[in-house]
Amino acid sequence: MKNYSEDWEAVIGLEIHVQLSTKSKLFSGASTDFGALPNTQACNIDLAMPGVLPVLNEEVLRMAIKLGKALNAQINSPTSFARKNYFYPDSPKGYQISQMDKPIVENGYLDIETKEGNKRIGVTRAHLEEDAGKSLHDDFEGQSGIDLNRAGTPLLEIVSEPEINTPEEAVAYLKSIHSIIRYLGISDGNMAEGSMRCDANVSVRKIGDENLGTRTETKNVNSFRFVEKAIQYEIERQIHELESGNKITQETRLYDSQANSTRPMRSKEFANDYRYFPEPDLLPINLENEFIEEVMASMPEMPNQKKERFVSEFNLSEYDASLLAADKDLADFFEEVAKVSNSPKLSANWIMGELSAELNKENLSINESKISSNKLGQLILRIEDGTISGKIAKEIFEKLWSSDNEVDEIIQSEGLEQVTDDKEIESIIDGVIKNNPEQLEQYRSGKDRLFGFFVGQVMKASQGKANPKQVNDILRKKLEK
Amino acid sequence: MALSDQELKEIAYLARINVNEESLTSLKKELEDILGLFEELNEADTSQVSAMSHPLDLSQPTRKDEVTEENLREELLKNAPSVKSGLFLVPKVIDGDN
Repeated sequence: MKNYSEDWEAVIGLEIHVQLSTKSKLFSGASTDFGALPNTQACNIDLAMPGVLPVLNEEVLRMAIKLGKALNAQINSPTSFARKNYFYPDSPKGYQISQMDKPIVENGYLDIETKEGNKRIGVTRAHLEEDAGKSLHDDFEGQSGIDLNRAGTPLLEIVSEPEINTPEEAVAYLKSIHSIIRYLGISDGNMAEGSMRCDANVSVRKIGDENLGTRTETKNVNSFRFVEKAIQYEIERQIHELESGNKITQETRLYDSQANSTRPMRSKEFANDYRYFPEPDLLPINLENEFIEEVMASMPEMPNQKKERFVSEFNLSEYDASLLAADKDLADFFEEVAKVSNSPKLSANWIMGELSAELNKENLSINESKISSNKLGQLILRIEDGTISGKIAKEIFEKLWSSDNEVDEIIQSEGLEQVTDDKEIESIIDGVIKNNPEQLEQYRSGKDRLFGFFVGQVMKASQGKANPKQVNDILRKKLEK
Repeated sequence: MALSDQELKEIAYLARINVNEESLTSLKKELEDILGLFEELNEADTSQVSAMSHPLDLSQPTRKDEVTEENLREELLKNAPSVKSGLFLVPKVIDGDN
């Protein structure tokens, strides 16, 4: 794809739907488990049978308040539900219960990291609403099949201000939201299963223009990578249209990940009018201060706070700290390793080096690591207390990865303890010096670079087990003689 | 408040109500009368009144997050005119814009 002109800027707003990980639905006691047989988790309320009434799941209020707090937002009380009217077969009521005027979360923000430094993105609102069922368009004798298991599953729709300007920022924002909901434990954030879905509102304008251009809404984007590509495509398409003298139509577009392009969905003869009105079946909800405080007291440490703590408590670099803190499971793993090894810096290096490499190679998540945090901590402890060298530790790491043995077992049974006895090291060094008279002469006549050669020979002779610092010290003395 | 035929047809479409040409005139008159009542309501000074979204001055009761509903699929599918493989069957829908 060709690069577009520098005169343009994009204005992007994201609407992120997050499926809340409650046990039961927003307004009914049907299960929300993923992957059940069709319509086995759809009760009378979900099917909108005559005479049923919604009963609000208290847990969603807690989850929404947690998110609001994490986004530095205001929590509205009373908050109320509204009816959004439209007809579609996977929504049996003929309307969706959502929120309009008084969303539970309003006016928050999120700081994202960009190449140019931190950037604050406003979060307009986050509101509760129910998910729809699923339409299956396989051939059922020319008909569509409807599975209502998902109907009524609680969603939080998080709406950003149009303050995102590049596809990279959009992904950073999305990843940040993803990290927050996982930390809070309010959603598994699984984009492939649809637990987190993203719609992107995109428009472009000439830099300096105050007015926004006509925007399109791109739907159906179900991975971080596709969000970036879909927005990139849409920006370039709009600029191309405008530079060719065409106009942008305000419309909903679908992203096709195989073709890497967006195409308009069939447009209606006239714009949808959802005719929102206050939901008569549900009263406004007063959130008592006591309830809000109780929820806030149960807030876990958030990614940014954790990152700051990793820097101040463990002396990690900003970069290391932010990588480790981005994923809660990874951060927990790191803290356990650091605790056992008593060496946070080395723990961070091993986790982001050897361990990450092995995990990536086998496409495993940190929870599936074949070396437990405890074992990795033990291994690093043995480097720290001088029992083994870093080089030997890498060999042991390989063995731990493919066996159930303990660190100390491997060290003992294979005789891998570091040689720290001065006498023993001296005798190895003497041997090396004796075997390399030419190099010794060259070194003594000023060829300092050969020091590295001697270190290498000594390490080789000791099978990597000699303590490197002692080798350096003793070798220097001996060579100077 | 005057309604155009076009507006009336759009409202009917959104509500999925079939309105034939003959009833347009009488329906329009009825709707305009109703809208007139709202215009009258709009004249009331509500600047000192906070918005009310429900006539009951109560807070919504909630329930605990527990699964209480069992699988009633076979019973519930009996209500549908057409089913297959545990799915409700409906006329083909291809427009996914919601």
